[in-house]
Amino acid sequence: MKNIPLFLTLLFSTLGFSQESLKQDTLKTVTVEGNRKGIKKSIKGAANTTLVTSKELLKAACCNLAESFETNPSIDVNFSDALTGTKQIKMLGLTSPYIMITEENIPSVRGASQAYGLSFTPGTWVESIQITKGAGSVVNGYESISGQINTELIKPLGDIPFFLNAYGDTGSRFEINTHFNKKVSDKWSTSLFVHGNTRVSKNDMNDDGFMDNPLGKQLNIANRWQYYNPDSGWVSFLNVRYMNDEKQTGQLDFDPDRDRLTTNYWGSEINTERLDFSSKIGYVFKDMPYQSIGFQNAFTTHNQESYFGLNQYDIKQQSYYSNLIFNSIISNTMHKFATGLNFSYDKYAEFVNSNDVSRIDNSVGAFFEYTFDDNDKFSYILGGRMDYHNRLGAFFTPRLHVKYNPGDKSVIRFSAGRGKRAANIFAENQNLFASSRTFSVLDTNGKIYGLDPEIAWNYGLSFTQNFMLFGMKADTTIDFYRTDFQNQAVVDVMNSPQEVLFYNLDGKSYANSLQMDFNLEIIKHLNLRTAYKYYDISTDYISGSYQRPLQAKHRFFGNVEYATHIVEKGKQWKFDFTWNWLGKQQLPNTSTNPHHDRLPEFSPSFSTMNAQITRTFSSTFEVYVGGENIGNYTQHQAVLGAENPFGPTFDTSIVYAPVFGAMYYAGLRFKIK
Amino acid sequence: MKNIILGMMLVVVTFSTQAQEKKSKNAKYTIEVNGNCEMCKKRIEKAAFSVSGVKSADWHIDDHKLHLIINEEKCSLNDVQKAIAKVGHDTNDVKATQEDYDKLHGCCLYERK
Repeated sequence: MKNIPLFLTLLFSTLGFSQESLKQDTLKTVTVEGNRKGIKKSIKGAANTTLVTSKELLKAACCNLAESFETNPSIDVNFSDALTGTKQIKMLGLTSPYIMITEENIPSVRGASQAYGLSFTPGTWVESIQITKGAGSVVNGYESISGQINTELIKPLGDIPFFLNAYGDTGSRFEINTHFNKKVSDKWSTSLFVHGNTRVSKNDMNDDGFMDNPLGKQLNIANRWQYYNPDSGWVSFLNVRYMNDEKQTGQLDFDPDRDRLTTNYWGSEINTERLDFSSKIGYVFKDMPYQSIGFQNAFTTHNQESYFGLNQYDIKQQSYYSNLIFNSIISNTMHKFATGLNFSYDKYAEFVNSNDVSRIDNSVGAFFEYTFDDNDKFSYILGGRMDYHNRLGAFFTPRLHVKYNPGDKSVIRFSAGRGKRAANIFAENQNLFASSRTFSVLDTNGKIYGLDPEIAWNYGLSFTQNFMLFGMKADTTIDFYRTDFQNQAVVDVMNSPQEVLFYNLDGKSYANSLQMDFNLEIIKHLNLRTAYKYYDISTDYISGSYQRPLQAKHRFFGNVEYATHIVEKGKQWKFDFTWNWLGKQQLPNTSTNPHHDRLPEFSPSFSTMNAQITRTFSSTFEVYVGGENIGNYTQHQAVLGAENPFGPTFDTSIVYAPVFGAMYYAGLRFKIK
Repeated sequence: MKNIILGMMLVVVTFSTQAQEKKSKNAKYTIEVNGNCEMCKKRIEKAAFSVSGVKSADWHIDDHKLHLIINEEKCSLNDVQKAIAKVGHDTNDVKATQEDYDKLHGCCLYERK
């Protein structure tokens, strides 16, 4: 039942949650989470959706959203580059621009926030994450190609009065999270989230003269209000949020006040300020719990001012997003539908050095999605939307998800769909500014920086079987997905190490991904999760056909978790260990560089290990310690041309392995219930 | 006399039209349906949905209650109970025939009251 199709989540999940929390409130019970799983894969539901609960998120180090996928095989987390310290994610081998990332069903990581957006949501704010592989629903838009990730934040109505989390690590990063919650009346509740993180000292473990991760500080404040009136059927959320993030990186001796935009030392600063306001209003019709109407609105201003050595890049995005959705049934609840309208407006003020590439995008669209569920074996979701966008034109987006249960414990799923998007080539590839590459857009006739819209079809087939092995629960899944690009804004680093080219795809570009999971409860409280992933992601570049750079063709993943019995007062130990093996990765072309700045064609294979121990002293207090990359594997040469950062071979963007070695951390969580 | 009969007929007609208007398109009922398991749940709900006019049917295993929303212009609660009895499940008002009960799967053979 947690495998709710995304289109229903707006109203139904909020309602469902609220009701659950109401029950908890009145009964004053402490829920024992002994057997609750961190990752839930339902065999109901037409879409291939995995639910990640907050329990799973506790396994990652500190974590903002970008770091919360480390224990989840469906999503690959890239190694943070020396420049931004931000981890990028991939699904089906495609980077986050091809994933629709929403926060409570409002598109959140898009446009200007594409590069760092995931690091702007602190992990402690997250209640759950729904990961849908493949085409996804049409309700939130037409942009998703390889998948959708929706984050639900903690709801004011069900929250505890006070929460504190403090964190520190050997990379001199510190983090503090406080949540305050108050029930204002029987219908209104409010939460205040305050997050701060900072990295206070410079680390250079590989002695190349460059910081391994940026100095930084972030202040992130959110205030949420929830209105819930079950008698009248009205629910509402109001959110206000302010975020300020500052990063500084580059050479150790770089002093921004003295050396900014000079060739004294190479350095970079990235400052981002963001303000969000969003509202949701939902109404469930009296006597018709299956019929509801929802209206979402979001305003955002996102302002990034940055320079990378001598490259300056500023982008300010002002957005308005609106979504009106009506859910009901056709004759009975076996036939549901959702229909509605979207509107979006994005004003970009964007400057690449002195080049003004500002633009205004707007789009309006209508969608209809029909869900059939025989409440037994068979269900499907058929959706379509028609949009008009000032740069993408008028276009139709079809999506289909089908589910069939051949037996009680198995499920087959199929999905297909089309996605279309405008690639923000500079915002999405801004890590390349931290190199001596020249940027060239080879096409001029398109409407987005001279390029045409990206269009792709995605098809997927998935099979899951639950069974008993030696009397213990086990399950296995095989997924195969293919993405076919009709057009792509190709980012070409295969032509020359001194330039990056952007052009419309001429030829073939596809991404095949195969994932095999095997999960087993070895003994009670001891769980094993394993996965093998195969990626074949190939693009026709000007210089020939290559695998996507910085993508391993073969990956293994293993995770073991063990928890002791919860004894009196909630005392418990929890252990978690994650192992990742990455096969060789295609590297960008450096063959014309001088010998010492030349990388091989492929990276070596390697593995990394993370571990964590949590000690719960009571239901209100726990501490945790852990290590990331405890095998201390690091990339041999993280910065090309490090000794001459204003020379022709300088490049910080080729990161295929951890730059920072082993990192250890400790933290605590304190709650007042 | 004729006028009185006419008058009475008028009254009856008006009443009955009023009664028809009162028929709810979203009438909520909760009835007890005897059964055991997840298979019963599917069978009961499927039978309920087979009646045209049933908009929502949700049977709970724990308390054996079936929560219904029906369009009374198209069907009655009795129609639903009959359909459920036909697949072997007893309701308070309509009992399944022994023959239909015997057709149930082994684990679904609930104790009859």
